[in-house]
Amino acid sequence: MIVMKNVYKKYPNGVVASNGIHVEISKGEFVYVVGPSGAGKSTFIKMMYREEVPTSGLIFINGTELSKIRSKDIPYFRRQIGVVFQDFKLLPKLTVYENVAYALEVIEEAPSVIRQKVTDVLKLVGLTNKMRMFPNELSGGEQQRVSIARSIVNSPKLVIADEPTGNLDPETSWEIMKIFERINAQGTTIVMATHNREIVDTQKHRVIQIEGGLITRDEYEGEYRNEI
Amino acid sequence: MKYRTFRRHLRESFKSLSRNGWMTFASVSAVTVTLLLIGVFFIIMMNLNQLADNIENDVEIKVVAEPDANRVQVQELLKRVKKTPGVEEVTYFTRDQELEKMIESFGDELALHKQSNPLGDALYVKASNPQETATIAKEISTYEYIYDVEYGEGKVEKLFKVLKVGRNVGLTLILALLFTAMFLISNTIRLTIVARRTEIDIMKLVGATDNFVRIPFMLEGVWLGILGAIVPMVVITTSYARLYSVWDDKLQNQLFKLLDPSPFLFQLNFLLIFIAVFIGVWGSFMSVRKFLRV
Repeated sequence: MIVMKNVYKKYPNGVVASNGIHVEISKGEFVYVVGPSGAGKSTFIKMMYREEVPTSGLIFINGTELSKIRSKDIPYFRRQIGVVFQDFKLLPKLTVYENVAYALEVIEEAPSVIRQKVTDVLKLVGLTNKMRMFPNELSGGEQQRVSIARSIVNSPKLVIADEPTGNLDPETSWEIMKIFERINAQGTTIVMATHNREIVDTQKHRVIQIEGGLITRDEYEGEYRNEI
Repeated sequence: MKYRTFRRHLRESFKSLSRNGWMTFASVSAVTVTLLLIGVFFIIMMNLNQLADNIENDVEIKVVAEPDANRVQVQELLKRVKKTPGVEEVTYFTRDQELEKMIESFGDELALHKQSNPLGDALYVKASNPQETATIAKEISTYEYIYDVEYGEGKVEKLFKVLKVGRNVGLTLILALLFTAMFLISNTIRLTIVARRTEIDIMKLVGATDNFVRIPFMLEGVWLGILGAIVPMVVITTSYARLYSVWDDKLQNQLFKLLDPSPFLFQLNFLLIFIAVFIGVWGSFMSVRKFLRV
């Protein structure tokens, strides 16, 4: 599903966020990406949906080599993966329903299909009764659920989440995690950058630790560890 | 693009118009105010231009034939003048008719001259291009049987110079106003789009193509333009029609007549709506383009 070979990323300001990363993530896996702030987690995540481009090295997602994608084809590539952001990134002028539907409108799906899929996915994240509301009328947890609903509505094989619980209280974080577990159980690969020790240590999955732009630990059923 | 996607864009553009209430209002007001200015200024300039045309067309050359030239010779002269290049129209008055005109203007004392009319026959010559009046007058004065050629030498040249400067100033002002309008309107639209920059970022992250992001914004630009053009068009049309009817009643047969509203207002309204829509679309296009590179 995801293969990174010797990926190196240096920003124009001289910061090296990725210093030769090798990693392979298979289909259906649930992976936590942990590490201190500024270690290169976000860059690692952003390179997967091509918001950042590596300075050198190869990244394959679903068999596609990302540096080979022409910029006009990037939208089509992004439709294959769902992305969940720490700050939700919802369209403020659209309702909950419209925000989720947007991901299907861009692929020119038929209106009847859109209606069906959006209704289904909103039921999955428990927001059926709030679908006519605007994002600013929702709590943080609810907004994150909208963001998740949008990321999975066109059934991507890969969902990437950048600190999805970063802005949420513990209780809401657990609800969000339950949704991710459910999605993963359906066979979707999930890569999640997180700072949440409790979650990582309780819901055991593969843990990749990044420090100084390098993978310093990669364990199946791993723990968050103290030294981070 | 599928037809239903286009319909979606249309729907989306209308929705966005109403959901961005204040920004819509700001853009529409900018369009309204500038178009009103352009419209009024345009009316003034076009009418002044018309006035200048009228003045120019009033300029003519008076050719007086030798008083002792006979009928055949005058006819010959008339033929020759008519054939002069650049001459559009020649009106012929006999010496008796000329005297009648003088008596009408200056009084009956002149009637004494009816016995022995000292005047020559007169030809009033109009140039097809008024600017060539002087050249034509010079050419005609070389002909035979000529007593005098007058066209207001010196004054006409000065008049033409003034009119030319006036026209150039008007044209420059209109162009300057148009550019200011374009700048002002597209800048307002740009500001409203800058405020929505994150929206564009998000759309692109969710997998929207550039066109999918851009088209609703451009359609919105069209509606902004049309909405903004309504008030200026209505105001200008009604007030000009009213002004024309009042003016026309009071100043019949004067040198300065207002342009006929019938083709003029259509042209003006067409111009206004064209400017509005063009600037709306162009402003949106340019502003969105800046933020599409995600």
